[in-house]
Amino acid sequence: MVGSGGMGGGLLENANPLIYERSGDRPVTAGEEDEQVPDSIDAREIFDIRRCRERGLGASSFLHLAHLIRSINDPEHPLTLEELNVVEQVRVQVSDPESTVAVAFTPTIPHCSMATLIGLSIKVKLLRSLPQRFKMDVHITPGTHASEHAVNKQLADKERVAAALENTHLLEVVNQCLSARS
Amino acid sequence: MKDSLVLLSRILAHPDSRCWFLAWNPAGTLLASCGGDRSVRIWGREGDSWVCKSVLCEGHQRTVRKVAWSPCGNYLASASFDATTCIWKKNEDDFECVTTLEGHENEVKSVAWAPSGNLLATCSRDKSVWVWEVDEEDEYECVSVLNSHTQDVKHVVWHPSQELLASASYDDTVKLYREEEDDWVCRATLEGHESTVWSLAFDPSGQRLASCSDDRTVRIWRQYLPGNEQGVACSGSEASWKCICTLSGFHSRTIYDVAWCQLTGALATACGDDAIRVFEEDPSSDPQQPTFSLTAHVPQAHSQDVNCVAWNPKERGLLASCSDDGELAFWKYQPSEAI
Repeated sequence: MVGSGGMGGGLLENANPLIYERSGDRPVTAGEEDEQVPDSIDAREIFDIRRCRERGLGASSFLHLAHLIRSINDPEHPLTLEELNVVEQVRVQVSDPESTVAVAFTPTIPHCSMATLIGLSIKVKLLRSLPQRFKMDVHITPGTHASEHAVNKQLADKERVAAALENTHLLEVVNQCLSARS
Repeated sequence: MKDSLVLLSRILAHPDSRCWFLAWNPAGTLLASCGGDRSVRIWGREGDSWVCKSVLCEGHQRTVRKVAWSPCGNYLASASFDATTCIWKKNEDDFECVTTLEGHENEVKSVAWAPSGNLLATCSRDKSVWVWEVDEEDEYECVSVLNSHTQDVKHVVWHPSQELLASASYDDTVKLYREEEDDWVCRATLEGHESTVWSLAFDPSGQRLASCSDDRTVRIWRQYLPGNEQGVACSGSEASWKCICTLSGFHSRTIYDVAWCQLTGALATACGDDAIRVFEEDPSSDPQQPTFSLTAHVPQAHSQDVNCVAWNPKERGLLASCSDDGELAFWKYQPSEAI
């Protein structure tokens, strides 16, 4: 699904990316502290996935998630997607009642060959973090990548995504993007 | 309309995994399922319930994407992301892998047996469609590699009675192939879908082909033979195919499968919006421009995407479906006039 390009080694495509300030950690509201109150999943929560609750399973079913979308690592730079402004909270749309999540991401340069890998990492993060009832759409912010349509089509093809994730090398690269940086 | 598709039973067929595809044997007594757990399972009826008769888990290293029964019912083919296709021979309840077909560069997406049983077709993400010939000693030989598509080929299906092969692709087209002077050639390209074409189904007569797509539409294509009364142009002795109906506005996400019941003519769809829908042709509509009505709609047929719908070839109205949630469900479709 993704070309043979990998992590590390070689010249960076975008050697001096703009770096953006990270947003603060999302404060937990009183309603969320009270596990008797069913809280809905909102855009901020997807951006900052800390815990999601599958309805009807009771208070013990919180999924405590170690990693956040915004802290997904860029495949090329020792920076997170948030620090590179690849993901922004305003580009996350979520409807808890309709069980839909849409994330648009913005590659740092229009010819970024890592766009598919970044999108795949976001997709995998969502697949692993959200209740299975959610329909997840991950796409490039319109007008920000030369191969926008091709990348979007690949990311939307669950058969190609499933096959890609059976490729151990590729899965390793995705897992590195999703791993917490020390 | 709500009660026209009634759930008979539901089975967790491939736990913790996707169930990708289903195929009834020609007698309609066995159903094969396959999935992300790399296995093929064979289901048979015992009284009112469906039980697992066999698990075929030795053949593949990766997801089994599709399965197909030979027309005689004695063989089962399984296509896998591991780039191979296994041929299983049935002995009572046991299945033995007798051949592994290799050659595709990467994921095999679909496999289908020609009505004669002498030919098999496979297709892959490597953009090719392969036609294999089967001899009496169960030897398989690749007789043609068709490179007409420009992208991943998702599905192959044979005409119900002729040696006419159709394929659907990520390149948004459908292609039709025939044998000509000892070689297989692409004879038609059906263009119109605006995204990946996921599946295809011929109607019982073979004169019409239904295709379903990521563009959330189903298209019905009709074959026009040379010299047809409607005046549709044909090149030489070759038939033309024309889109005569588009079902749009019914599905809210990708349509992964379409199945045309060979007994009743009802058309079922499997959709990424978790729903199963059934359409029937309006009897009074013009055959050249038919209209179809939605006669059944189960919005939450499964808890996740529905990947496949399969009509039983012998029992009218018996429909099987499967989903990303790993489940397999059996439904009874009641014709609309019975409601």
